[in-house]
Amino acid sequence: MILSNVISQLLGGMVTSIEIFLLTLLFSLPLGLAIAGGRMSSFGPLRWLMKIYISIMRGTPLMLQLIVVFFAPYYVFGISLSADYRFIAVIIAFTMNYAAYFAEIYRGGIESINSGQYEAAQVLGYSRLETFFIIIMPQVFKVILPSVTNEVITLVKDTSLSFVIAIPEMFTVAKQIAAADASIAALLVAGIFYYIFNIIVAFVMERLENRLDYYE
Amino acid sequence: MSLLEVKNLKKSFDDNVVLKDISLSVEKGEVLAIIGPSGSGKSTLLRCITDLETEDSGEINFDGTFGLVFQNFNLFPHHSVMKNITNAPIRVQKRDKKEVFEHARDLLKKMGLQDKENAYPCELSGGQQQRVSIARALAMNPDILFFDEPTSALDPELTGEILTVIRDLAAEHMTMVIVTHEMAFARNVADKIIFMDDGVIVEEGSPDEVFSSDNKRMKEFLGKFYD
Repeated sequence: MILSNVISQLLGGMVTSIEIFLLTLLFSLPLGLAIAGGRMSSFGPLRWLMKIYISIMRGTPLMLQLIVVFFAPYYVFGISLSADYRFIAVIIAFTMNYAAYFAEIYRGGIESINSGQYEAAQVLGYSRLETFFIIIMPQVFKVILPSVTNEVITLVKDTSLSFVIAIPEMFTVAKQIAAADASIAALLVAGIFYYIFNIIVAFVMERLENRLDYYE
Repeated sequence: MSLLEVKNLKKSFDDNVVLKDISLSVEKGEVLAIIGPSGSGKSTLLRCITDLETEDSGEINFDGTFGLVFQNFNLFPHHSVMKNITNAPIRVQKRDKKEVFEHARDLLKKMGLQDKENAYPCELSGGQQQRVSIARALAMNPDILFFDEPTSALDPELTGEILTVIRDLAAEHMTMVIVTHEMAFARNVADKIIFMDDGVIVEEGSPDEVFSSDNKRMKEFLGKFYD
């Protein structure tokens, strides 16, 4: 098969991969902050629940989580879901998994902020919410950015795991073409795609880091 | 009536009794220096008065605004000098932006930092950072200003510039409570001195009274500075 042909076939898969990537970030970044909040809560049961959640999400394969989220509604609850659920299941599984990792990154960042910052804010009359969003979080973002970059780069590559529930993303399509053509050309093209995608991600994150470089 | 009145204040951390029945008062325009060895409870007393700690029992009567200058400055590193000073007056006190900026520039000029309004804390020396944090506290128009060992994180060369600033404020009759290890300064600038040891007030009075006290503990403590 001619290369341009391979690429045009892969194009749809690329779009799906990018969609999974963007939607996962959109949902898991805020959800991770909420989980981190629960993980650091003074309310014991909530703290433990979040601890267990994070432990399971980090301790089991993402591929398995994808399968469970996709099949559980039918096998556990007997609910038949429409064909659209396949894509929704991918987003749910990725979001749940990445939120757990982001939660731990947020927690590390928040705990690294000196208690004097909270005290200075309190004395100046900032509310707890203002203190968190005006004083603490901007400093946390700077601290956690390198770790977040790591996760985001991993996410680009992890989107390929969706093949396990037959989502027609990049890797799934490449595998099908490779099997049909008995050639690895499509897989090589897929590899180049992930690599370029990640170069762009790394570039954007570096720009972001430079922008936060105005202090310390 | 006194501007600040503390009655029978008690505070423990677990089994460690830090404040054992502390009472004191501060009048408007007065400068009170609190001295004493490390671990005597001076800072805890200040932290109870400024609501950073909750007392176990006792009363704190104070009706007004206060500012607190920390040992480690605690400036917000991601905000410029100007934003450090103006953000709380604008956001919390809902004051007019223009008025707050003018006020902040006046304060920076007074602190000798008029050319630093766009700098970030990390670009300043320790002494400059502490002066910004004093300006930040003053920008809130406090009725009383608390200092928690304001020069302890500074080397001797920079200590002088902070003490000069505090001395100037005293000359303007700013009400201040200063926890300090600078004995000569306390004697020189304070109207009243409290000597604390092991959670109690051992001596209290005018600088001359306290520094000429016959109290054994007080003499031991001062001996360390004058030997």
